[in-house]
Amino acid sequence: MFGKLTLDAVPYHEPIIMITLTAVALMGLAIAGGLTYFKKWNYLWTEWLTSVDHKKIGIMYILVALVMLLRGFADAIMMRGQLAVASAGSEGFLPPHHYDQIFTAHGVIMIFFMAMPFMVGLMNIVVPLQIGARDVAFPFLNSLSFWLFVVGVALINISLGVGEFAQTGWLAYPPLSGIEYSPGVGVDYWIWSLQISGLGTLLTGVNFFVTIMKMRAPGMTLMKMPVFTWTALCTNILILAAFPVLTVTIALLTFDRYLGTHFFTNDLGGNQMMYVNLIWVWGHPEVYILILPAFGIFSEVVATFTKKKLFGYTSLVWATAVITILSFVVWLHHFFTMGAGANVNAFFGIATMIISIPTGVKIFNWLFTMYRGRIEFTTPIIWTIGFLITFSIGGMTGVLLAVPGADFVLHNSLFLIAHFHNVIIGGVVFGYLAGFAYWFPKAFGFKLNEKLGRISAYLWITGFFVAFVPLYLLGFMGMTRRLNNYDNPAWTPLLYVALGGAFIVGAAILVQLVQIYVSIRDRKDNLDLTGDPWGGRTLEWSTSSPPPFYNFAHVPVVKELDAFWDMKQDGSANKVPAKYEKIHMPKNASEG
Amino acid sequence: MIKKRYPRLFSLLSLLGVTLLLGGCDFVLLDPKGQVGVEEKSLIITAILLMLIVVVPVIIMTIVFAWRYRASNTKATYAPDWAHSNKIEVVVWTVPILIILVLGYITWTSTHSLDPRQPITSDQPQMTIQVVSLDWKWLFIYPEQGIATVNELAFPANVPVRFEVTSASVMNSFFIPQLGSQIYAMAGMKNTLHLIADHEGNYRGLSANYSGHGFSGMRFNASVTSQEKFNEWVQQVKQSAAGLDAEKYAALEKASQNNPVERFGAVTPNFYDSIVEKYTHSSGSHAHSHSEGKE
Repeated sequence: MFGKLTLDAVPYHEPIIMITLTAVALMGLAIAGGLTYFKKWNYLWTEWLTSVDHKKIGIMYILVALVMLLRGFADAIMMRGQLAVASAGSEGFLPPHHYDQIFTAHGVIMIFFMAMPFMVGLMNIVVPLQIGARDVAFPFLNSLSFWLFVVGVALINISLGVGEFAQTGWLAYPPLSGIEYSPGVGVDYWIWSLQISGLGTLLTGVNFFVTIMKMRAPGMTLMKMPVFTWTALCTNILILAAFPVLTVTIALLTFDRYLGTHFFTNDLGGNQMMYVNLIWVWGHPEVYILILPAFGIFSEVVATFTKKKLFGYTSLVWATAVITILSFVVWLHHFFTMGAGANVNAFFGIATMIISIPTGVKIFNWLFTMYRGRIEFTTPIIWTIGFLITFSIGGMTGVLLAVPGADFVLHNSLFLIAHFHNVIIGGVVFGYLAGFAYWFPKAFGFKLNEKLGRISAYLWITGFFVAFVPLYLLGFMGMTRRLNNYDNPAWTPLLYVALGGAFIVGAAILVQLVQIYVSIRDRKDNLDLTGDPWGGRTLEWSTSSPPPFYNFAHVPVVKELDAFWDMKQDGSANKVPAKYEKIHMPKNASEG
Repeated sequence: MIKKRYPRLFSLLSLLGVTLLLGGCDFVLLDPKGQVGVEEKSLIITAILLMLIVVVPVIIMTIVFAWRYRASNTKATYAPDWAHSNKIEVVVWTVPILIILVLGYITWTSTHSLDPRQPITSDQPQMTIQVVSLDWKWLFIYPEQGIATVNELAFPANVPVRFEVTSASVMNSFFIPQLGSQIYAMAGMKNTLHLIADHEGNYRGLSANYSGHGFSGMRFNASVTSQEKFNEWVQQVKQSAAGLDAEKYAALEKASQNNPVERFGAVTPNFYDSIVEKYTHSSGSHAHSHSEGKE
């Protein structure tokens, strides 16, 4: 029945994995027991698992993202620990077979199963509310997307206990990922978890593109759309254009592995460079898929908490559109060292630099929104300030890497690692966590604990710098990525500093978990009864917190940008409507 | 809030400062020993300085604006509906555009002058070393000297070297950080990298592209000596009984980790080309003997 699958596939000899599995099993039992004891199975099934409500699907996305953040972070701290001790002949505590799975899984999890679902979750909760819609265009499809994504998550987690995960790096370059060099099941787990969850992402792209184009409240023209919705629109356009490339690329790799084709093999005319090009044709837009919504969140947060209109809305929208288009003509900067000619390298280098222009403009727009404002130092604004400083540095190192001559010595070094963590943590993660704190009261009806939120933000920002400045320096010391051990004693002190930084980030995550627990415990003190806890400007704040499943009793009519602010100014907000009409909403579906 | 963070920030900075002072000479990219590396170092510094023109003001403005326009400072101007200024828009678009114009020009010229395929002009004649990445070791073939080595590289100072780089396995990247550029090693592909060492010394070399379980052990020493010392070294290698032929190569193709240095006193002519051609013939009689060593 199980074919080649035997009990030998379970890694009994790896104590780290077995302890983890035991802990996961115990937690699973505790949750199942709790559900049975409190008779909540039915509630879970009808209210959540079969729900097609965009807000509930969004919450489930973010819940999974947070769980996967913990797993991805556990991988990170093991890597930093390994490298701190694995010098001068010591092999550390992780043999290559395990270590190489860890850095592969860390990348895959953080991008596909932490950042992506966090972003999709925020979009789910916020976009329909911001455009005054009752749900997304295709509610069932939305549920299907989520469950496809969950299958991907399940696969990557099963690989921990049954068999192995890929040991190829997160993008699985062939020929290493081909059947000849990776005969095990690791790459197959990689293929199917990405292929299935990627399909879910593509469907999300279709869904939200249609939702934003077709379901905006009357009066909301494109140039009256909130900036977060604008960035969500651009992100979904990027998903529609880029994810099919990923699907095809992985499919071709699958054919190579299963059917004996030679698209990317070493011999018989296979071309590994084709794979590297294709994967980055998807991969570079992917980072903009992640960062654009974060830009949108900062735009909302900065306007709300400075009590001021967003500076240069038109400029911001155009900058977003320019980035969307340019993100498709820069992919080659990921492999200047592959041997392309000088003209090709220079073209892609300069194209990459051009992206920094609209990005720089955005930064100035946020700065001038703060200028002459009244800034309330809430958790989201601390994330924003941390982002402005961190991201400027990350942007600078990115442009440096876009100069082929500089990339020739910095490529694949820890400088590169520091750079993309600088933009992904400093931009994407800070942005999503700002959005998490900002929209949490909308989703749940009570605010998060402010004090713990601020402590967590400060710890994250400090921890980031302590963890990654050493990696920048190590890049200049000639240390390359994905090393399992090394013989250069000069690297060790900085690797210890980086490990310390990882612990500070760990403390930040811990404080965040405590914050969520404390906030739920003390929720009665932080209730949001108005639906508008921050003095918001956009339509999501015009309905109650949490919103009813139909969102708006009456679809709002939009006259201005910052529609809700405008309504509050002219006194038309929060009025009891003259009469109510029947609303038709979709029912639950278990097929998703 | 900001004041409380000073002690931690201070101790961090001083720690890093100490590391920088103690390990000043370990920053190999800032202490290049060859012309290519020297040009790349100055390119990196120029680019960073250019970008700091924007980045420093942004960081200062962030801190100043956040402090000055905090909600508790009621003395600061408050302009809730002020959201557009042509003057500011012109500045924030123009300044980055100007910087990117300058940087773009530098990029175009430097990418051409640092093209790895571009031979280095020198009064010394160029020598060729052929590099093959295997699982998990480097094979260096010296076609002009008729010798070969594993995980040991040697060449004279001030002589431009043309590295011809390929792989007989998965993708790797051939990299000697202190001398400058790296280049990918790929099966069936002949990549070219020109480097020169201006100073004698021992330089660390490694693979910069992950290639599997034995990847970390793909390090080698590049020994750069005087011409006389190099000639002596060649004579030493020539005395090695082993020669590199098909049989010996089949043994090398087998995966191994942390391979010790090996020397071959003779090499079958055109051996490098035969390795490359193995992967370019699409009819393919190539039977691969990949077998992974157990850790």
